[in-house]
Amino acid sequence: MTYQERLQNVTVLGAAGKMGSGILLLTAVEMADISLQKENKDKTYVLNAVDVSDEALHGLMGYLRTQVRKIAEKKVMMLRGIYADRADLIENFDIIDEYIFDVMNIVRPVNAMEAAYNSNIVFEAIKEDPDLKVKIFKQIKDNSKVEPWFFTNTSSIPISEIDEKAGLNGNVVGFHFYNPPAVQKLVELIRADKTTDEVNDFALAYAKKLRKIIVPSNDIAGFIGNGHFMRDALHGMVEAEAMAKDFGGYVNSVYAINKVTQDYLVRPMGIFQLIDYVGVEVCSYIMSVMNPKLENEDLHSTLLDTMISQGITGGQYSSGAQKDGFLKYERGRPVAIWDINTKSYVNIADFSAEVDSKLGDAPASLKPWKAVNFSKSKATTLEGIFNEMNSVDTLAVNIAKKYNKRSNEIGNLLVDSGVAANADDVNTVMATGFFHAYGPINNFLK
Amino acid sequence: MIPHKKVYMYGGYNTISLGTGRKEFNPKKERPGIEHYISEAGKGVLEQIGGADNVDDGVIGNFMAARFVNQANLPGFLPMIDKGLSMKYGTSVEGACGSGGLSLQTGIRNILSGSDVTLSLGVEVQNTMKAIYGADVLAGAGWFKKRKDGHAYFFPGQFSDRAGAYFEKYDKDRARKGMSRWYANAIENARLDPTAQEYHNTNPNPYQTCLNMEPNGKFFVPNLNVLDCSKVSDGASGIAIASEEGLKKMGVDKSEAVEVVSFVPVVRDITQDPTDLTELEAIKFAVQKAMKDAGITIDQVATAEVHDCFTIAGILTVEALGLAERGKGCDFVADGNTARNGSFPMNTSGGLVGWGHPTGGTGVHQAVTIWQQLTGKAGQYQVEIPENRPYGMTINMGGDDVTVSVIVYKRG
Repeated sequence: MTYQERLQNVTVLGAAGKMGSGILLLTAVEMADISLQKENKDKTYVLNAVDVSDEALHGLMGYLRTQVRKIAEKKVMMLRGIYADRADLIENFDIIDEYIFDVMNIVRPVNAMEAAYNSNIVFEAIKEDPDLKVKIFKQIKDNSKVEPWFFTNTSSIPISEIDEKAGLNGNVVGFHFYNPPAVQKLVELIRADKTTDEVNDFALAYAKKLRKIIVPSNDIAGFIGNGHFMRDALHGMVEAEAMAKDFGGYVNSVYAINKVTQDYLVRPMGIFQLIDYVGVEVCSYIMSVMNPKLENEDLHSTLLDTMISQGITGGQYSSGAQKDGFLKYERGRPVAIWDINTKSYVNIADFSAEVDSKLGDAPASLKPWKAVNFSKSKATTLEGIFNEMNSVDTLAVNIAKKYNKRSNEIGNLLVDSGVAANADDVNTVMATGFFHAYGPINNFLK
Repeated sequence: MIPHKKVYMYGGYNTISLGTGRKEFNPKKERPGIEHYISEAGKGVLEQIGGADNVDDGVIGNFMAARFVNQANLPGFLPMIDKGLSMKYGTSVEGACGSGGLSLQTGIRNILSGSDVTLSLGVEVQNTMKAIYGADVLAGAGWFKKRKDGHAYFFPGQFSDRAGAYFEKYDKDRARKGMSRWYANAIENARLDPTAQEYHNTNPNPYQTCLNMEPNGKFFVPNLNVLDCSKVSDGASGIAIASEEGLKKMGVDKSEAVEVVSFVPVVRDITQDPTDLTELEAIKFAVQKAMKDAGITIDQVATAEVHDCFTIAGILTVEALGLAERGKGCDFVADGNTARNGSFPMNTSGGLVGWGHPTGGTGVHQAVTIWQQLTGKAGQYQVEIPENRPYGMTINMGGDDVTVSVIVYKRG
């Protein structure tokens, strides 16, 4: 079966979720582009968007329409060529509308998983639950009319384990997109012990067509991305609790650590905002998947347990808006912090001045992540910032130094333990998957 | 043509040209509508001429309000400017980006047929849609039957073909130097006019920026970069066109006005491709006729406002005016002759590339600039008008050299 033939019938499981919707969008566009080639005009292409929630599928179709329009607007020159023989399509308006229809016309939103029984490829982006994934894969494999290949978007579960338990005979590969899949360039590709060359080759070809940057990761729980992020987040949470006294309380401390990790480490968001973005519950779940497989390490946060028991989950609404977590958000900006002791949010404005003065004066060369990361002189700007920080002795700078040192250790651990092939791969994952301005394996801060 | 009686222009007014580049422009925020622009430009003129009671009729030049803002029947907006225009004659005219020029030509004809004062306006509001859809609307300036085979960005595609032919026939390097200088002149002039779209431009070396930006057909069109193109603009301009009697009614001395020496509106068959892509045939015909009718040569013209919807159109117009041989217009520009301190300053308030190109308003904006220059009202962007070169000229073009209006002026 050729690459194009294999993409004639595809299923995305969890298609209306945060990751699934992006995977569905990219796959729908790729399939539509194939279907519009002259030689394929008589063939039918099917992309099942399977999700348990009708409400979410309803939202998914709206998301698709908006996103496909944006994609079509960017490639209208190519589309004019594709529709050159359609005398009825003259203006860009007409051509873009037709393309949106052609993409949407491939997608079948359904509740029933049985739709996957005809699919050559099954993308999975459901809950990060090993048993559930295994159960569903097995059910599809046992009932399938073809021999399907499984692509799992797991960010933490070893692929070999899924392969073995579901009896997939190597017809499975880890294909880990980053959120949001339509924007983030990175895909972690994880080969299980038995993953066949055909499956792996297809995965590489598909990633290339989607213009993704592939970083191979070894099949070790958490892979590179979560291997770093989960440990980094745990460090942040441990620090916040440990420094509560220094800052005059837990809430102040969470604010301080979040601020230092964003401003002083020049990251797109502070560590607590990132945990909220991924989801408090999701982070806890990923740690619980990874932890049993780690040696000499306890990757578990009681703080996350507390948050979840208090009903604070983070994550995002189906609209993409941020739900409240460690931080409370108004128009996407943090305005308050959850106090685990009083079980209520405390306004940042009420105490930030006091904490800021304890943190000390910000280095003059410090610039926001946005101004640094997209600047042509990024390397020299970062060098200037970190050189200045190396000559400063404030509480904030000291926290940042310790944080960077830990990040560094985690990066090296991933290389030493064989998760990543080398330091470059670790840095690429953090720079492209997490939008860090620089990789964790660095010697910037002394 | 020569007017059979004296026709003057006075009281020009420009709104800002709003679009990318202006600090107050935010594509995500609501912006003033076409009503605002018509009203501001109209009132701006009426205030200078003693009010609407002095006005006999009005004309609005506009290209595609029907698609950009879903609005037709524009004459109905004249009385919105001032009740004094109610129950008077009003019309609107359309000739694509030449609509403003047609507004002037219509105003001149109103005066020649007995009116004393006509309010001539030109307006366009284009930032209502993304550029990729705006390109569809603007493509209406070409023959729709050719749209299917045209570029996604239809008009940049048309003029890219002209630039490509020029590169091929003459010399791409020399041509791009001339085009880049044209861009730099436009920016430098626009920085002197607070209403210009590029007024806030701070690029220290616009020439080099344009020259370094190699055209790339993969992302845009093959022979033009984005700086070679005028931008998407919202804006309006207005001017009063008057007889001698009209000037008296307004209480304006002739010397404060410009006199129309000759006026030549022409059209070229829209269904026919240009005979030669390296020549603007209709513009050449119209400017030569306008000068012949006026009994002058190009040496007597101090400054001109030319239709540089694309830098290559500026170069080709230089050749059509006879300022340089064919294939040498690029050198004439590259050598600085059309800069504000050059031998023949052009587009002294920035032109379409620098001031902005609210398509239906451009022709009137050109007349306002020439009125300002010839009567010493151009403020920061004033250039010298030598005594032996007392004439000014506007050249407005709709479509690809299709609907052309040329006017020769001198101080009244």
